[in-house]
Amino acid sequence: MLMQAETDTRADAAQDPVLALDGITKTFPGVKALDRVSLRLFPGQVTALIGENGAGKSTVVKTLTGIYQPDGGDILVDGTATRFPTAQDAADAGITAIHQETVLFDELSVAENIFLGHAPRGRFGLIDWATMEAKAVEILRGIGAEIDPAHKLRDLGIANKHLVAIARALSIDARVVIMDEPTAALSHKEIHELYELVEKLKAQGKAILFISHKFDEIFRIADRYTVFRDGQYIGDGKIADVTEADLVKMMVGRDVSQIFPTRDATPGDEVLRVEGMSHPTEFADIGFTLKRGEILGFYGLVGAGRSEFMQALFGITAPSAGTVTIDGAVESIRSPADAVDAGIVYVPEDRGKQGAITALPIFQNVTLPSLGRTSKKSFIRLAEEFRLAREYTERLDLRAASLDTDVGNLSGGNQQKVVIAKWLATQPKVIILDEPTKGIDIGSKAAVHEFMAELAAAGLAVIMVSSEIPEVLGMSDRVIVMREGRMVAELAGGELTPETLVRHAAGI
Amino acid sequence: MLQRLITSREALLLGAIAVLLALIATRFPGYVAPSNLADVFNDTSPLILLAIGQMIVILTKCIDLSVAANLALTGMVVSMINVALPGLPVAVILVVAVTLGAVMGMFNGILVWKLDIPPIVVTLGTMTIFRGIIFLISDGKWVNSHEMSPSFKAFPRAEFLGLPMLSWTAILAVILFTVVMSRTTLGRAAYAVGGNPHAATYTGIDVGRTQFWAFTISGALAGLTGYLWVSRYAVAYVDIAGGFELDVVAACVIGGISIAGGIGSVGGALLGALFLGVIKNALPVINVSPFWQLAISGGAIIIAVAVNARASQTKGRIILKSAEHAT
Amino acid sequence: MTETTRFIPDRLQSPLQKRLKSWESLLLLVAISIFVANSFASPYFLNAWNLSDATFNFTEKAMIAFAMALLIISGEIDLSVASIIALASTAMGAAVQMGVGTPVLILVGLGTGVLCGAFNGVLVTRLGLPSIVVTIGTMSLFRGISYIVLGDQAFRGYPADFAFFGQGYVFWVITFELVLFAVIAVIYGVILHMTNFGRTVYAIGNNPTGALFSGIRVARVKFVLFLLTGLMSGVAAICLTSRLGSTRPSIATGWELEVVTMVVLGGVNILGGSGSIPGVVIAAFVMGMVTFGLGLLNVPGIVMSIVIGALLIGVIALPRLWKMWQAR
Repeated sequence: MLMQAETDTRADAAQDPVLALDGITKTFPGVKALDRVSLRLFPGQVTALIGENGAGKSTVVKTLTGIYQPDGGDILVDGTATRFPTAQDAADAGITAIHQETVLFDELSVAENIFLGHAPRGRFGLIDWATMEAKAVEILRGIGAEIDPAHKLRDLGIANKHLVAIARALSIDARVVIMDEPTAALSHKEIHELYELVEKLKAQGKAILFISHKFDEIFRIADRYTVFRDGQYIGDGKIADVTEADLVKMMVGRDVSQIFPTRDATPGDEVLRVEGMSHPTEFADIGFTLKRGEILGFYGLVGAGRSEFMQALFGITAPSAGTVTIDGAVESIRSPADAVDAGIVYVPEDRGKQGAITALPIFQNVTLPSLGRTSKKSFIRLAEEFRLAREYTERLDLRAASLDTDVGNLSGGNQQKVVIAKWLATQPKVIILDEPTKGIDIGSKAAVHEFMAELAAAGLAVIMVSSEIPEVLGMSDRVIVMREGRMVAELAGGELTPETLVRHAAGI
Repeated sequence: MLQRLITSREALLLGAIAVLLALIATRFPGYVAPSNLADVFNDTSPLILLAIGQMIVILTKCIDLSVAANLALTGMVVSMINVALPGLPVAVILVVAVTLGAVMGMFNGILVWKLDIPPIVVTLGTMTIFRGIIFLISDGKWVNSHEMSPSFKAFPRAEFLGLPMLSWTAILAVILFTVVMSRTTLGRAAYAVGGNPHAATYTGIDVGRTQFWAFTISGALAGLTGYLWVSRYAVAYVDIAGGFELDVVAACVIGGISIAGGIGSVGGALLGALFLGVIKNALPVINVSPFWQLAISGGAIIIAVAVNARASQTKGRIILKSAEHAT
Repeated sequence: MTETTRFIPDRLQSPLQKRLKSWESLLLLVAISIFVANSFASPYFLNAWNLSDATFNFTEKAMIAFAMALLIISGEIDLSVASIIALASTAMGAAVQMGVGTPVLILVGLGTGVLCGAFNGVLVTRLGLPSIVVTIGTMSLFRGISYIVLGDQAFRGYPADFAFFGQGYVFWVITFELVLFAVIAVIYGVILHMTNFGRTVYAIGNNPTGALFSGIRVARVKFVLFLLTGLMSGVAAICLTSRLGSTRPSIATGWELEVVTMVVLGGVNILGGSGSIPGVVIAAFVMGMVTFGLGLLNVPGIVMSIVIGALLIGVIALPRLWKMWQAR
């Protein structure tokens, strides 16, 4: 199980892990999320946990913080086997985590968010607000955040909310600090400050588990690495002993050079024109044109406002200004139904909540916007519905037990196919894909990319919002970069390099 | 600290009450005399007590429609105890009332916590069950004033520093629960559970258990008010406080407590109850037929919900730097 | 990458199999047991005329329950239905005082119902207010208006032919109300289970965000559902007023909770997303039989409501307790 133990130098072996997982298994209905995995965290060292989406990283974090209970195996604190029946037990053992999703409370103040569950007490065991606020100021200053602790959390922007999450993790005097993709929403300056913070924590002897898929970060601050793949432990060791290619090979199981489909780049005529779209708080002055057969990429940091803009384009939110022209006709889009009528469709990032109705069967999801065509005088015709669903799900090579299976029972990749099938059935002109391969395994990613290329070749105009540089560079004809709600660059041809993308997105 | 006690929403409500009183005073100056205002407060005390309990329940994303039935059943039980054992001190009666009310609240709470039955269904059911039990134990008969012992009836009226004990109970409850909601683990847990139940689990809060205690507190307050009600009006029968649960929810809504959970305060519940109390109390004074009361309450609820919704409308995520802290 | 496209069957389980394992079957068993129990409990139960009279216990409430079921499936609720009955009845009574005939009375009753429903609908769909508190407010407002108009008086003097709706018989023991109930049940059953509209109701109830993102006009659908509950309350008002022959502001007090009970007992999830009309039909019969049977045993109304309350909680609790027991 702990395969690399034998190859550690004597100096390392003298240092025992403060926290370890040994043979941990966790099963959910139909899915084995963790299959006898191992993990060792050493004091004063940063261990990078590496793996694709679905490799089991989030499950490990939740197991270490007492949110999930393992079905088998041991959790070892200082070598002694324990369990964390509740989240509080993990916190008491000195484990704190900065989770990927912000698990904070909008209506509570920043100070309370930092100290919820371990608020400083005064007389009679009652909460001492004054001390809480003072301590909050201290911690926030320590991570370089200029945030007033009395403010309600909902008044803060995304990056600051993330800093509050970090502050919360640091408010416990922890021995183990887990960071799950901590730099996703941060600006360049804030990332630097985070690295300095990590160094500080190391110096204090804390063990840090750092989850990231950005190799430059990993090689910059990690001392050790552990690789998971499909819920299984693949290997661990010292970062100094490996290269990026080695890690990728362990992550994926084979040599991978990400190949993107070659496309015939002769776009058709202009189908979409957006001018001056603005929103009071989310974005300002967005404008561009799009031709049939083009793939336009939208790049930016998390929270740059790309999804928000797309949702305004799709009619979910109301912009405060701007015009949308489709095939020369100005369209008034005040609801998604209007957008669909105009020929714009949106495949959202949040598949479960926005993309599909997971409690309903596949065929009902696929036919939902097209009921007018499958029904007769508003009366449901099931045979027609099944026919339509079959046509589009076969085209996408959907894997499911039956068309009557609930969408919630499908894998992420197949759920995505259902959402795309649903929209293709409406025969749209413009299809917006928001993070289309997020959370999908690498095999299905390639399939989605192939498919996007086919759509463009068939004459659709494709807008792709993506945060993965290889994907953006590999698939797009042009790229628009957004930062803090504004368009900061429109790049094509030779300008499309990772450096220019990052520079514009981070504002260096 | 002051910012925590008085939000702008509550200041608005306080202002509305002041305007209301001012309007009435233009025609009936005697209405705003301190002794009369004290009477209005006293009359509104039962509503205040119940509204505090309901507020805690609503904070945790639940609702308790059984409070009036709880009140009535507890009132009947303590009345019958008093008839059977007139010598029993009022202190014991108070303990019995609070305990009985709490037990009924726990029944609601357990069904919500352990069986995951939606609160509206549970309390719809217990509402009718509790009321029905009153009939069963009393055989439909009333307990009248002359059957109640003098000490039983005297308690709510007994004066201390110029205010009757009924008012003091409400005042003490306001103070006690202000502290509980702002300075205890349970109080803050209620806000967390209602604000973001998913995240609350991550911070180690047990959502179901918090809701259980919310129902228990609501039940206990209802039980206490049950005794105060029957002793003050000196009568107990099946239909007392019929429909009162809706006034209680109305008071909470008017007081800015969001039905979605996570937002609200004791101050809001107090002001919401007072707002309704002033209206109800003032109608006969300004010669408006009592038949207008129901429509006015209804209108007040609708206006209050609309105003509250406007105020807390999320303007969208804050991305543009220019928009951050723009409020 | 090039594999032969797999064949995915349409379904794995026939619709009949699904139905047999469902809530409706459980409820049907309950209904049959109650029927049998009642016939043993009282000699008066199995009398055709008595059974016919018994139907009045549920027909009017059930008419509203069908519309309410759709509304609850979509994720909303309307607690003002009983007050709409009161207001519609008051409006009809006022119209009678002005000497209008039955056809106009029908229009007044239905029109008031629809207007009240529209008022609720605008508040919920246009202003985005939560339906539970809005309808608690309109519950007081609508009935309050009736009180303002009538005070503690009553309207009487309805025309003779108006009485047919509530008191008339269509064939032997079959009342007009029972026939109307059956017709409405069929109409709502078709709407919910066989039309696009019904499909969107389920979608909205299961995931309003997902439904919106799929291009469904969620606000419009919900507005129509509020119109329907208002309309059905108007229909019920006509039947009830015609049956009683008079109007008081206090009529139908407490009916909103009985309607919700009927809907939830019928297997509709109070949180939205699932439920069926046949379930509500069976629940209507169950509640009717329970109240009628207990009435024959001279059980007072208020004690009957203990049984209904316990039934409501029990029917939801028992399957969960069963699951917990099995998981041991």
